[in-house]
Amino acid sequence: MKTIKFLSLALITGQLFISCSNDDDTPEEVNEEETITTMTVTLVPTSGTTVTLSSKDLDGDGPNAPVINVSGSLAENTTYSGTVVLLNETETPAENVNEEIEGEAAEHQFFFALGASLNASATYDDKESDYVSDETGEKFTTNNPVGIKFTLTTTDASTGTLAVTLRHEPKKPNDGTLADAGGETDITQTFNLTIE
Amino acid sequence: MKALLLGFLLIIIPLQGKSQECKDILTGQVTDYHSKIPLENASILIIGDFPEVKTNKEGRFRIPNLCHGTYQLEISHPECTTILVEVTVEGNTKFDIKLEHHLEELDEVNVVGDAIKDKTNSAQEEKLRLKTLELYSSGNLGDALKELGGVSSLNTGANIVKPTIHGLNGSRVLILNDGVRMQDMEWGDEHAPNVDINASGSVSVIKGASALQFGGDAIGGVIVMEQAKIPVKDTLYGKTLINGVSNGRGGNITSELGRTFQNGWFVKGQGSFKRLGDHEAPDYILSNTGIQEIGASLQFGKRQFTWGWDARYSYFNSEIAVLRASHIGNVDDLIRSINSGQPEIIRSFTRDLQNPRQEVTHHLGKVNFYKRFEGLGKWSLQYDFQKNRRFEFDVRRGERDNTASIDLELTTHTLSTDFKWDAKEKYQVHAGLLGRYQENFANPDTGVRRLIPDYEKFDFGGFVIGEYQVNDQLLLESGLRYDFNRVDAKKFYQTSRWEERGYDTEFQNLIIDDRGTQLLVNPVFDYHNISATFGSRLEFNNNSNLKLNYSLSQRAPNPSELFSDGLHHSAARIELGDLRMDSETSHKITASFQQDFDHWGIVLEPYTNWVHNFMLLEPSGVEFTIRGAFPVWEYRQTNARLMGLDASAYVDWKKQLRTEHRFSVVKGRDVKNDSPLINIPSANFRNKITFTKPEWKSFELSLESQYVLQQNEVPENIMVFSPEQQQDVLLEINTAPEAYHLLGLTSKMEFPFGNGTRLTTSLVVNNLLDTNYREYLNRQRFFADDLGRNFILQLKFNY
Repeated sequence: MKTIKFLSLALITGQLFISCSNDDDTPEEVNEEETITTMTVTLVPTSGTTVTLSSKDLDGDGPNAPVINVSGSLAENTTYSGTVVLLNETETPAENVNEEIEGEAAEHQFFFALGASLNASATYDDKESDYVSDETGEKFTTNNPVGIKFTLTTTDASTGTLAVTLRHEPKKPNDGTLADAGGETDITQTFNLTIE
Repeated sequence: MKALLLGFLLIIIPLQGKSQECKDILTGQVTDYHSKIPLENASILIIGDFPEVKTNKEGRFRIPNLCHGTYQLEISHPECTTILVEVTVEGNTKFDIKLEHHLEELDEVNVVGDAIKDKTNSAQEEKLRLKTLELYSSGNLGDALKELGGVSSLNTGANIVKPTIHGLNGSRVLILNDGVRMQDMEWGDEHAPNVDINASGSVSVIKGASALQFGGDAIGGVIVMEQAKIPVKDTLYGKTLINGVSNGRGGNITSELGRTFQNGWFVKGQGSFKRLGDHEAPDYILSNTGIQEIGASLQFGKRQFTWGWDARYSYFNSEIAVLRASHIGNVDDLIRSINSGQPEIIRSFTRDLQNPRQEVTHHLGKVNFYKRFEGLGKWSLQYDFQKNRRFEFDVRRGERDNTASIDLELTTHTLSTDFKWDAKEKYQVHAGLLGRYQENFANPDTGVRRLIPDYEKFDFGGFVIGEYQVNDQLLLESGLRYDFNRVDAKKFYQTSRWEERGYDTEFQNLIIDDRGTQLLVNPVFDYHNISATFGSRLEFNNNSNLKLNYSLSQRAPNPSELFSDGLHHSAARIELGDLRMDSETSHKITASFQQDFDHWGIVLEPYTNWVHNFMLLEPSGVEFTIRGAFPVWEYRQTNARLMGLDASAYVDWKKQLRTEHRFSVVKGRDVKNDSPLINIPSANFRNKITFTKPEWKSFELSLESQYVLQQNEVPENIMVFSPEQQQDVLLEINTAPEAYHLLGLTSKMEFPFGNGTRLTTSLVVNNLLDTNYREYLNRQRFFADDLGRNFILQLKFNY
């Protein structure tokens, strides 16, 4: 008899579990926190017109491809100081992702790969020790390049590509090529440029 | 109570004709109550001054020179509870005895016939016994099952092993854990079954859907994990197993203790703990491949012949690190990994489990009650509860490393009842009903869009199975089952995805809230599924038998097939489900021919499985995001055909020397597109030579060779645009690795201490020659070699 009691009790408890569950719950919307939707590369010449390159992918991992925009041509024999700004525009207001990259500067690096036909070269203009570590709250003590700031120097008129890639946890230091650095790609975009 | 028991046990056949005094003969047969298998070597003792009589191979006995009168018989058998019966002898009397068959788990040496009963009569079915399971104590269920023909696995590294039966896995393979169907998110490729291999006494595999009592959707098959039988006698027993594992530099310990009573009460507890660090390939450390597992269970109840109940609770927690090099950013990273031939990240050995990793906890509770009705059969009622919580941690930016990217909680309640009419010799009928409620909750705090949405699921099922023993040679069985499934989900779609899928023309009415860039939709889908089976078993006189089986089964799409939508970092792929999915229908025909000769025997098991509306996940193209290009893996439905053969043979060369041979092959085709199916296991050979010398402390030594051929039937690779290389490149995502050959060694010795205590030591060496290889069905084959040499030293104490 005890058994029967025990069993019925167990069954009733089970039923309660079922009836208690609330099926009117509307799930909460999730916005990707880590998505980078927008990359803007601003190239400011010592004199002349500023050129901006941008890539915007508002649906993140969704089906739509990023929209790429190059504001104009680069001038011959000019030195441009470049900066990269990353945003997550799925959030309002848009989140500036640069802060996170800076805080983890030792784990990130931008790479600037120039197509062979483009008469230009790029060099890093910043180092890890320029930024404050999220972990320690103090400036990094290492001096590897990060690439949020860089310099692009053009020579003769030509056309070609510039690929900007951000790698997470690359080998640091590396020889400046993607192949040597490894790591995971956080963002990558190729722009078609003209020097005239 | 006892009188009832005796009355139930006895079938007295009236005597024939007259007889003379003290010339009467008592004859009869001793059989197992359930399986009706004759019991050899049962002893029949007439209380008083009579010699003991033993049953022969057919279970028959004969006691001559009896007088008219009433006798007390004591019938005993090594695997059964001894019973006392009264018999009245008048002339030549025939008296059959049925014993309740119990596996004597304290001492398995005496097992005759088959103590673990088959689940079906006509399907292809194989078992792993405790002895084999114990050898895999430090491994997992998936690895142990590969001992069986036609069973392989889909791996994500060495720790996440999904059993694959006849080329099918995931939702097509049901796992029954002590009578409870596991509900542990079996839909994902990187979700291993949440079961502790050390918690079960035997595992049976039914290679098809013919065991309808367990479910109608087992298009691949059913894995039945059972507890060791509880002996009905006063005893305290237990065992402890300790394993030291060289590859991973760790080990595990598992221990169990049981107390049983003559009156049927029992209580049994079990616990295990496993910890391994990084595994090693022959040439390098597989960084971040450690594992920690904790399992515990408690079971108690009262088991008697006429009625009984038991309650069980089990807990299983596993924390599995996933190869660091397999976490990649985009298609260029994947191309780089495939081309480089060795993992990009190799660190020094550690036991720490870092991201990416998964942490899964599974709670299972059940209460079961049964009662036997005299002359009718057995009725049982069961309620079970399961809660599965899964966290997946990715390598993330910012402070998010300790926030899971996937956080799901799956809760399931099941109530089931069944009745088995087994009182008649010739036929048996088994019928049952089931109701199930399931709820999935996807925690939004992850900051990552949900891969699997919140949903509720309602299942209802009913089945009838019958078997009919036509004559001594032929047995027929058939069954029918109906299942209803309703899934009611609430899911956010990106508006762009909703439109790209074309859902805006077909499912616009499902939208309950339009938030601009995202849409909240409420799909409610019903599925009605029918399954059926028909089979026969024919026994021939020359120690051979033939089993034929046809089964029809239908499976409703799982949440992943319907709702998947998003980026899977572990595979650098975008996975897309399809709301239009319909149930898939399988027609499977299997045959099994077995013949034993004096010193050797063979088993041949061919099969064909036609699956209409087969659901599969395949690379279909590329999508571009700001992160680069990603291969898109889409679920689609097609018609598939799987054909295969499992063959095995053994030869007893000498008393101490035995060889075993196995071959398995399966061919999968998409018949609609006339192309090979993805992820079909390669053909493989397993050959083993075993030397045993019982006089040397039960010494056993075996050497096994496993040869796995290259899978030469794979879908075509895809072309993708590589932003890094600024051109289209061939992504060799479907190319299968080369054939490989592995050697393994097992040796074992036993040291009895008297009073029932025993120490067993064993040494297992896997990949003896430290061969470099990659396996087609390991999802990490793109990134790293498989495991190198591994020594496992095991100590087992029985007490």
